[in-house]
Amino acid sequence: MEAIRVEAGARLAKARLSLARRWALPAGVLVLLIGCPLVLPQYLLSLLTEVLIFGIFAMSLDLLLGYTGLVSFGHAAFFGVGAYTAGLAAIRLSPHLGVTLPLALGAAALAALVIGYLCIRTAGIYFLMLTLAFAQVLYAVAFKWTPVTGGSNGLSGIPRPTLGLVPGGGELADPIRFYFFVLLIFLLVYYGLRRVVNSPFGHTLVGIRENEGRMRAIGYDVARYKLAAFVLAGVLAGLAGALNTYLNVFASPAQLNWTTSGQVLVMVIIGGAGTLIGPVLGAALVLLLQNLVSTHTDRWPMIMGAVFIIFVLLARFGIVGIWDRLVARLARRA
Amino acid sequence: MRPVRDVLVQRLLALLLIGLVTWLLVVPLVRLAVTAPETAFIQLLNGLAYSLLIFLIATGFSLIFGIMDVINLAHGSFYMLGAYIAYSIVGRSGDNFWLALLAAPLGRGLIGVVLELGYLRPVYRRGHLDQVLLTFGFAYVFSDIVRTIWGADIRSLPYSPLLQGAVEILGRPYPKYRFAAIIFGLVLALLLWLLLERTRLGSIVRAGVADPEMVSGLGINITAVFTAVFAAGAALAALSGVIAGPILGMHPGMDFDVLIVALIVVVVGGLGTFAGSFWGSLLIGIADTFGKVLQPEFSMALTFAVMAVVLLLRPTGLFGRSTA
Repeated sequence: MEAIRVEAGARLAKARLSLARRWALPAGVLVLLIGCPLVLPQYLLSLLTEVLIFGIFAMSLDLLLGYTGLVSFGHAAFFGVGAYTAGLAAIRLSPHLGVTLPLALGAAALAALVIGYLCIRTAGIYFLMLTLAFAQVLYAVAFKWTPVTGGSNGLSGIPRPTLGLVPGGGELADPIRFYFFVLLIFLLVYYGLRRVVNSPFGHTLVGIRENEGRMRAIGYDVARYKLAAFVLAGVLAGLAGALNTYLNVFASPAQLNWTTSGQVLVMVIIGGAGTLIGPVLGAALVLLLQNLVSTHTDRWPMIMGAVFIIFVLLARFGIVGIWDRLVARLARRA
Repeated sequence: MRPVRDVLVQRLLALLLIGLVTWLLVVPLVRLAVTAPETAFIQLLNGLAYSLLIFLIATGFSLIFGIMDVINLAHGSFYMLGAYIAYSIVGRSGDNFWLALLAAPLGRGLIGVVLELGYLRPVYRRGHLDQVLLTFGFAYVFSDIVRTIWGADIRSLPYSPLLQGAVEILGRPYPKYRFAAIIFGLVLALLLWLLLERTRLGSIVRAGVADPEMVSGLGINITAVFTAVFAAGAALAALSGVIAGPILGMHPGMDFDVLIVALIVVVVGGLGTFAGSFWGSLLIGIADTFGKVLQPEFSMALTFAVMAVVLLLRPTGLFGRSTA
């Protein structure tokens, strides 16, 4: 009797501890993220803003790669469409966020719908090639259609986004305020995606990843689910692209090139595909490394390629995988 | 069984695209052939030369995929490195183009062997995605190596004086080098076809494309075949790079330009077959060449329209086996 009570007490304590542990980390990170602008110099703050933006971008790709099992090699297409649409709308219509953001998201959704419709009917390798091919078409359009996109010089002269709350419209001009704006969107996207991947819809996507034939046999319209995931991922990538345009008030054709698709893929793999936090960590690691390395040498692509190769060979499940293994080892020792 | 509505939408899209291609490419082409048949013929020759170059790239790419199930995203890098290595050889050897033509593919093939044995083989068991990711990592590394060693300037490969000048075709001068490239490409294609269709080695490779496990069950060392095909594909891509060097020029970024073309070709022709890459290369090479002449603004889009039509009507390509 006594033994049972002790055991129950221990179990309760353990549960409490694990609950605390579960909330301690996210809460700590949140406090850190909110506190950052107070201590960080402006240069690092803008880097952190960029990490959050690319975190959104990488999470959106992971919805396809890690959850649905669709290896898209042209995800930059939607990032670029969002970026250019936000920029063009700000130049030609109004810099108001209520104008540029819906247009950017709408354009990305439309692009994802068309490209997705053509691509999802193909399997595996064909899908990879087609997404890459379509992204390169959009890159060519951005690169060559100079009168509209600015061609190889990129789209410049984009006014800063406004909310229309104060007459001057400088609500987001301040880097700290812009950081909080991005942080808010990032948290919304993270929370939203968490809900999505834990919903029946998300489980269906994982089912498609694991065994597409069986899902079809059960009666799921696999193509429709894939298309839905593709469009959702495209819209979020477009959101990241629009935020990036707001941050840099500039859009360049390189954002649509395969290098961007490749870089975000690298972020997802290095961080850990099939998790939400992994891609964000991957984005942080890649961008921090890039900034660190670029101050010393121009050989960044080579170093990123090498780091990527090492991760694929030795740590296939990325930072999250390494972390899990460490925790498991510690638990075994304890 | 796909729903009727989906099929209808596909047919409609295909029809729309066919209309677009006809309007932008086929009609002007016929007009050109009638009003200036000589110009059209010269462009046809240019298209043929380009087709044979991309055939050399696409066929290795396609075979590697067919037999190993690996999309080799570093295949464009093989082509690029072939051209740049040849550039250095020509420079060092006192303009010996022939030496470069021989040595660059050989060297590139050796690098292919190292890549396959050292990196791809260890991850065989983990599935093909990991191998694709690895080739992607190497594409990054190679493209930066080229930038480090040779810089970012646009260069052109100097070639043998034997091939300089022009030959007369239909009373019109045509660059001798391009003409030689066409002949060389055709001969090489024929040799490749003979090798694949008429020899024991070829039948092993074709059997490997159909069912690698079965082949290894028959007592053939399939992993050695993998390495050989990978190296041969790398060498062919490098050879294409050397031949293309004087015609298309060399610049960083050429690796992915050509990879995209190879992707389009194999999607159109069907993966893993010789006939697919040959006819796919001809279709895309000639369409692209005429597209650049007739609609310079939209040539890229036209090529993709052709690909989209094929894909909508025959998702596995013109000569593709049905995907399992």
